Amino acid sequence: MFELTQDHEEFRQLVREFATGEIAPHVDKWDADAHFPTDLVPKMGELGLFGLNAPEEFGGAGTEHGGFTYTCLAIEELGRIDQSIGITLSAGVGLGINPILSFGTQEQKERYLPDLLAGKALAGFGLTEPDAGSDAAASKTKAVLDDGDWVINGSKAFITNSGTDITSVVTVTARTGQTADGKPEISAIMVPAGTDGFEVEPAYRKLGWHISDTHGLTFADCRVPEDHLLGERGEGFKQFLKTLDDGRIAISALAVGCAQRMLEECTAYSQERTAFGRPIAVNQGVSFQISDLAVMVEAARLLTYKAAWLKDEQEAGRRSVAEVKQAAAVAKLYSTEAAVTSTRIATQVFGGNGFMEEYPVARFYRDSKILEIGEGTSEVQRMVIARGLGLPAR
Amino acid sequence: MNIVVCVKYVPDAQGDRAFEADHTTDREAVDGLLSELDEYAVEEALKIVEAGEGEVTVLTMGPEDAATAVKKSLQMGADKGVHVLDDAIAGSDSVATSLILAEAIRKIGDVDLVLTGLASTDGVMSVVPAMLAERLGMPQVTFASELTVEDGSVTIRRDNEAFSETVEASLPAVVSVTDQINEPRYPSFKGIMAAKKKPVETWGLADLGVDVAHVGLGASWTMVTDTQARPPREAGQVVTDEGQGGEALAQFLADRRLA
Repeated sequence: MFELTQDHEEFRQLVREFATGEIAPHVDKWDADAHFPTDLVPKMGELGLFGLNAPEEFGGAGTEHGGFTYTCLAIEELGRIDQSIGITLSAGVGLGINPILSFGTQEQKERYLPDLLAGKALAGFGLTEPDAGSDAAASKTKAVLDDGDWVINGSKAFITNSGTDITSVVTVTARTGQTADGKPEISAIMVPAGTDGFEVEPAYRKLGWHISDTHGLTFADCRVPEDHLLGERGEGFKQFLKTLDDGRIAISALAVGCAQRMLEECTAYSQERTAFGRPIAVNQGVSFQISDLAVMVEAARLLTYKAAWLKDEQEAGRRSVAEVKQAAAVAKLYSTEAAVTSTRIATQVFGGNGFMEEYPVARFYRDSKILEIGEGTSEVQRMVIARGLGLPAR
Repeated sequence: MNIVVCVKYVPDAQGDRAFEADHTTDREAVDGLLSELDEYAVEEALKIVEAGEGEVTVLTMGPEDAATAVKKSLQMGADKGVHVLDDAIAGSDSVATSLILAEAIRKIGDVDLVLTGLASTDGVMSVVPAMLAERLGMPQVTFASELTVEDGSVTIRRDNEAFSETVEASLPAVVSVTDQINEPRYPSFKGIMAAKKKPVETWGLADLGVDVAHVGLGASWTMVTDTQARPPREAGQVVTDEGQGGEALAQFLADRRLA
């Protein structure tokens, strides 16, 4: 059965020290200014956070086994201090690095991975479009071959890490033709930052995740050489599906970081804050909510790391993809809903102060909602789980 | 360039301190860690060796958990560790500490430079580097906020309130560094994994030829006779600015000799 080892715990401690020292002191200001801290990324790289799952050849850790569990621990611990920084790592690894690592040619890997793994650069992955989210097959962005170049036209929405000062490349999915049975052929194409015709729109105004870099992208006769195709032509959608399970487990880890922090905040505050001459924690109306929160944190953590362990075991050929898919959906559904509940409980325990930006629970309240949406909504997770149970699909 | 860095395992300054009946720190009551001020010495040693060649050995003495301080230093990048562990050490004052560390450094042998932090964050005596230098017959150069090593000598900058001194000493030497000298690195994932394979030796007093009669609480020249918790902070003084705010602030600082 799975367990977190001494090595895992030491690594957790390292990330916790880093997050406490390098992120916590600045996070209020970054959040208020919607500032993406570019300088923090190489520091995360020096710790090795972007390469926990990658081979040494390109500067990764060369972890023989269990690399994904380490990544989840890092996301949880960063997310415990700030959710935006957690998603920056999650997307940087899961959407930026992993597709290149899994499907790139040797030349593509050598060109991009060393800087990405060192945190000197970030990469994005563009699948979602203004009118195509979970129904990715409805994508409208097109790419046609013309004189040895792909010419891309269309737009992408909500693309993380796509517009930072150090973004080196964004991989986008596009229709490149039709399959024999009349379905759209979707391929993934790498577009280096700064390519003519590739425009990064101004950052979104978001409810939360203010520190995270998110943009819409537009492509107008954007030309890249034919060899910028990532993996096989027509495999773009399949490739994306392979990243989905990892992404869901990673978001689940981010949610654990949120709920864990809310538990800590509530536990401390309810003993410091007095009302009617006693700490508010003596009221069971308060303490029982915190007890429930502790149960949710424990359950969410177990589901998350069970799924991460299954993923690592699947990589080693000992577990099936179907098992991972189900575990990922279960963990993501439970943990993210627990995280949202945790911020609701925390803001309630904090009373009026919970509504004030002076206290961290307000930021977590704003940041948590997206957890139930990104990488597949809660509803999509329930669909996946139902399918996994063998229930008939619509 | 072979460097020995003396590091101390101290109670976490964030935690509540508790004391035994003999006024020594209750080590069980609070989590410990590598003294933050010693991280600067480890970092400086790593920078020197990375820019040239040689080996960094971290040396600590203290209870079993003090191995944590060695481990953290190895995770940062030091090459090997030495932990002097002996029940008789408990309660040693700075004089006894310097005796044990000096003998350990002799046993390590072939040392070009001994680095320490500027003080421990628990005892805050700042005297061990000088005592070590005396015992080892090496020059002592303390409170370095900049350090360069070349051609058999070490040069440091020592900042005082009014001026900065440049001090040079021949090697081998004992140098203590301040928290201004560098920005200690965090260990990396690879550092954590590599540290598990690095050699750590544990020596007792007998290995060092130190007579137990010369160390520990009983042999110490100084003794803590009382410990008291710091009184709670008093409420601050509120000055309402009615045109004289600046003056009142200046007066406040002047009264405390802060300006």
